[in-house]
Amino acid sequence: MFKFAGLALLCPLLSFLVISFFTRKSDRLSAFVSIAAILGSLASSVMLFALVLSQPGNHELTTVWMKFPVNINIEFGFLLNPLSAVMLLVVTSVSFLVQVYSMGYMKGDPAFRKYYAFLSLFSFSMIGLVLANNFLEMYIFWEMVGLSSYLLIGHWYHKPEAAVAAKKAFVVTRFGDFGFLVAILILSAKTGTFNFLQLEGMLGGGILTSGMITLVALLMFAGAAGKSAQFPLHVWLPDAMEGPTPVSALIHAATMVAAGIYLVARAYFLFSMSETAMLVIAVIGCFTAFFAGSIALAQDDIKKILAYSTVSQLGYMMLALGVGGYTAGFFHLITHASFKALLFLTAGSLIHSLGTNNIWEMGGLFRKMRITAVTFLIGGLALAGVFPTSGYFSKDAILIQVFTSGHYILFAMSLATVGFTAFYMSRAFFVVFLSTEKFGKKHPHESPAVMWVPLVILSIFALGLGAWTNGFNALIFFGGPAHETEHDLFVPIVSSCVAFLSALLAWAIYQKRFAFLTALAPRFSAITTVLRNKYYIDEFYAFCVNRVLYVISNASAWVDRNVVDGAVNGTAYLVGASANVLRKIQTGRVQNYALGIFGGVVTLWLLFSMVK
Amino acid sequence: MMATQFPYITAILATTLIGALVTILLPEKKHLAIKLTAVISSFITLVLSFILFLFFDRTANGFQFIEKTPWLPQIGITYHVGIDGIGLSMILLTGVIFFAGALISSHEFKPGGLLGAVGRPKEFFALLFILVAGVFGVFVSLDLFFLFLFYEMAVLPMYLLIAIWGTGKKEYSAMKLTLYLLLGSTFILVGILAIFFASGLKTFDWVSLNSIALPKNLQLFIFPLFFVGFGILAGLWPFHTWSPDGHASAPSAVSMLHAGVLMKLGAFGIIRVALPLLPYGAQVYCPFFASLTVVNIVYGALVALAQKDLKYVIAYSSVSHMGIVMFGICSLNSLGISGSVFQMFSHGVMTGLFFALVGCIYGRTHTRTLSEMGGLAKLAPFLAVAFSIGGLASLGLPGTSGFVAELLVLLGAFRAYPVLTVIAATGIVITAIYVLRVLQNIFFAGLKDRFVAPGAGHKGDHHHIEISDAVMAERWPLSILLALLVVLGVYPSLLINLINPGVTAILQKLGGPF
Repeated sequence: MFKFAGLALLCPLLSFLVISFFTRKSDRLSAFVSIAAILGSLASSVMLFALVLSQPGNHELTTVWMKFPVNINIEFGFLLNPLSAVMLLVVTSVSFLVQVYSMGYMKGDPAFRKYYAFLSLFSFSMIGLVLANNFLEMYIFWEMVGLSSYLLIGHWYHKPEAAVAAKKAFVVTRFGDFGFLVAILILSAKTGTFNFLQLEGMLGGGILTSGMITLVALLMFAGAAGKSAQFPLHVWLPDAMEGPTPVSALIHAATMVAAGIYLVARAYFLFSMSETAMLVIAVIGCFTAFFAGSIALAQDDIKKILAYSTVSQLGYMMLALGVGGYTAGFFHLITHASFKALLFLTAGSLIHSLGTNNIWEMGGLFRKMRITAVTFLIGGLALAGVFPTSGYFSKDAILIQVFTSGHYILFAMSLATVGFTAFYMSRAFFVVFLSTEKFGKKHPHESPAVMWVPLVILSIFALGLGAWTNGFNALIFFGGPAHETEHDLFVPIVSSCVAFLSALLAWAIYQKRFAFLTALAPRFSAITTVLRNKYYIDEFYAFCVNRVLYVISNASAWVDRNVVDGAVNGTAYLVGASANVLRKIQTGRVQNYALGIFGGVVTLWLLFSMVK
Repeated sequence: MMATQFPYITAILATTLIGALVTILLPEKKHLAIKLTAVISSFITLVLSFILFLFFDRTANGFQFIEKTPWLPQIGITYHVGIDGIGLSMILLTGVIFFAGALISSHEFKPGGLLGAVGRPKEFFALLFILVAGVFGVFVSLDLFFLFLFYEMAVLPMYLLIAIWGTGKKEYSAMKLTLYLLLGSTFILVGILAIFFASGLKTFDWVSLNSIALPKNLQLFIFPLFFVGFGILAGLWPFHTWSPDGHASAPSAVSMLHAGVLMKLGAFGIIRVALPLLPYGAQVYCPFFASLTVVNIVYGALVALAQKDLKYVIAYSSVSHMGIVMFGICSLNSLGISGSVFQMFSHGVMTGLFFALVGCIYGRTHTRTLSEMGGLAKLAPFLAVAFSIGGLASLGLPGTSGFVAELLVLLGAFRAYPVLTVIAATGIVITAIYVLRVLQNIFFAGLKDRFVAPGAGHKGDHHHIEISDAVMAERWPLSILLALLVVLGVYPSLLINLINPGVTAILQKLGGPF
């Protein structure tokens, strides 16, 4: 079993090294190496999954990474259980499909080899993160995932926007990681170990006070919130769309952004011990879902719509975990990975064909790009949670969980988010595919097979994963298996109605363009402006960095040059100045010295006689 | 047994001094011979340090490769040298940086190069050799007199090296650096003399002094002298201001040796002299000094963020990183001190890499102002990759040695000073911001029009500057340093297993490992 884990981890690393050092000269060979490696990982993870299915439970392999004569356990190892096996399967399969798709999308890019090398590095880091058996190892790969994301967002580094976006992604997530690191420090100081299983046992034995557990959980959640783009650390994700679209699909929709969710799921034994932490997770998740969903309503860039939608869906997953819906939240991670990767790749297909991201410059593409259109529709339906797509099953599981947990405000907000989701997806679909043709002289064409085949495969998953609901529930659970929710039809019916009505509204506004609705638009202009500007959060952060951080930094530099160093130069000046004064005594004239000696003798004589 | 009886340590010291002598005796004009002497003797020291590394017994406690010869028995001075794992890791570091520095300076002495403009390679290398002999000497000395002697020997050549071959306001920087460091030496000298007289043993021998307990009052009096005296060289806030000016003015190899190795002498002095001889003083004063070192970390990073000159950014980042070294020492526990030694090694390699790279970049662009660069990754991909990996090590990214070092220091320090550690960790976030800012300014975003690929400019065109990627003479030293950063990041036990016994011995003086 561990053989397969090791193989899954090492294949992409090997591919990264081979591309970096040996196949730099050849595009085809580099892509081939990378895809072969990820196929190896995919095959290993399928084997691993089969083995875990036959022997559920925890399997651990561990070695010492650094040894110290004190009570601390710094190790490196694998923890295999249904959670990691399923996550591994998601990561490797989406990586594989995206790498195949990229052959078409990135064809002719001058930095094609670099692109594949970094994709391999990403897969390696992400697989390591999934397999880790302790917090420290997870943190290590966690940071390396952040690095790969930085490198891939900045793929077109000569574009200033891409360079800035890459930097922003790295720094913003690092703020969250700071919390994660402090949480790790506290755990290590109190328990001397980072190991998940050992910690689970120790925490069960009450080694930490409940206040300490809450603190650790919240700090760790900061890390999760950074990676999974939860409010207020969500700002990097939409900007990350400057990267190539397949990267957005892989990293910023399906896998890396899910790492935060995975962390919370992995450390659920810790989070579930603190009611405060769980409540914070639920509230932040729900607010993020609502807030990002609303921003997505007013975006014109198709990738930005999908990016905010991702933030919003990640919010759902957090919400589910926060209200105790471990199984539901993680299931949504999986279905979301399939349909959001699908949507991004279809968006890539559109961008590839038309050379623009703006939905208003597309239009009427249904007949020109049938496969893209149909797969986009499937992805959209799944995202909106329409029966019988996979999204329906996972989203309703979350909604039911929220409803039964009794947080009715959160339920109302998540229901509103369902409406938002249906609205912005319908809007995108109508404008891009059904409205009048606007592409002018461009000749939109269906993408090559290497691109559309992955789309079809992902659509099958986006449609069919719902069938696995019961199997999944029996496999992945916290505590005991999720008890069969009695098929209360209230929540599904309400949410489906909300989704349908929103879609209808979008149809009326963007397809039919009813006059009375268009007339209403100016009344909402204030709201639209706020939404278009993403609630001015970016402006607020820009203010914090430019006005606060740089002011402090410049002030410190000034202090350093003028106060601290000023004292040094001042001392030197004082020495010089006093020497200048004192050297006037050294006249070199014997008479002066004789006068001095005489004066001294007289003074001494006077002093002595006074003392007597 | 033969292999371990050879006096390797004396051989290392002798190689550098003989190198200096040979260089001085060579004719002025024979540049190639001088460069060859430099590269070959630095290579011999590297090989010798590596042999020490191979033969060093990792399971044994105490010092190894000991050589002892009475020198002035009347006043208790002995030529007594030997190494533990801490000293050995520093020797390895010096060997690597010295070799890389010799290669880089040989390259810079080419006509039109940074050093070639000044000339006089003979004097340059002779001084460099003396400096390195001093550095090696401090790391192996087991006699306080020799330790001090070597310490001075390492500091003084710096004055000439900066004042003659430097750039910018070099005379001012050289003077400031030398006077400031001499001030530190005075403190150390007073401390050593106090120990000599108070111990009653009439000896400077470290081993004998280490075996007794000095009076507590004395410890309280001289621990701060040692900490500040050595701390000045290690860049302890607020005594650090010699370092940015000095580093900015010094030529590449001197900056490499200075920030890479010389600043470590300060931290090493604290670990070798102050902690084991004055354990009581350490316990009393370290919480206070810990807060100073946290200022180092955070303030150094903040000031680095505001710099416009590339060399000043690297210099202030050294101030910040040396803060991590001293913070680890102040934690007074196994994880913290091991992490601190690891950080000394890691930072030495990293900053050596940085200053070499700054030399490469400055030699090409003729500017060190960040805003005047941009987009260089297109023309010099190798330099871009090397700088990025160095930068990632600097911001403590896992997979590089910087991460292991920072992690260990933070783990150790958190056990002693939780709140200070959290504050120190914010410095690491700021480091990420300034490292990425520098990377973006030099290598990414749009290529400045002034810079063109070799051969793309017109003949006699002074507007355009041709930028080429690193040549072999630069690639080799850079690659060695890069490889070390990554290897130690992935397999830190290589060094940790070496360091741990030495640290444990110190902690036993402090009252047991904890």
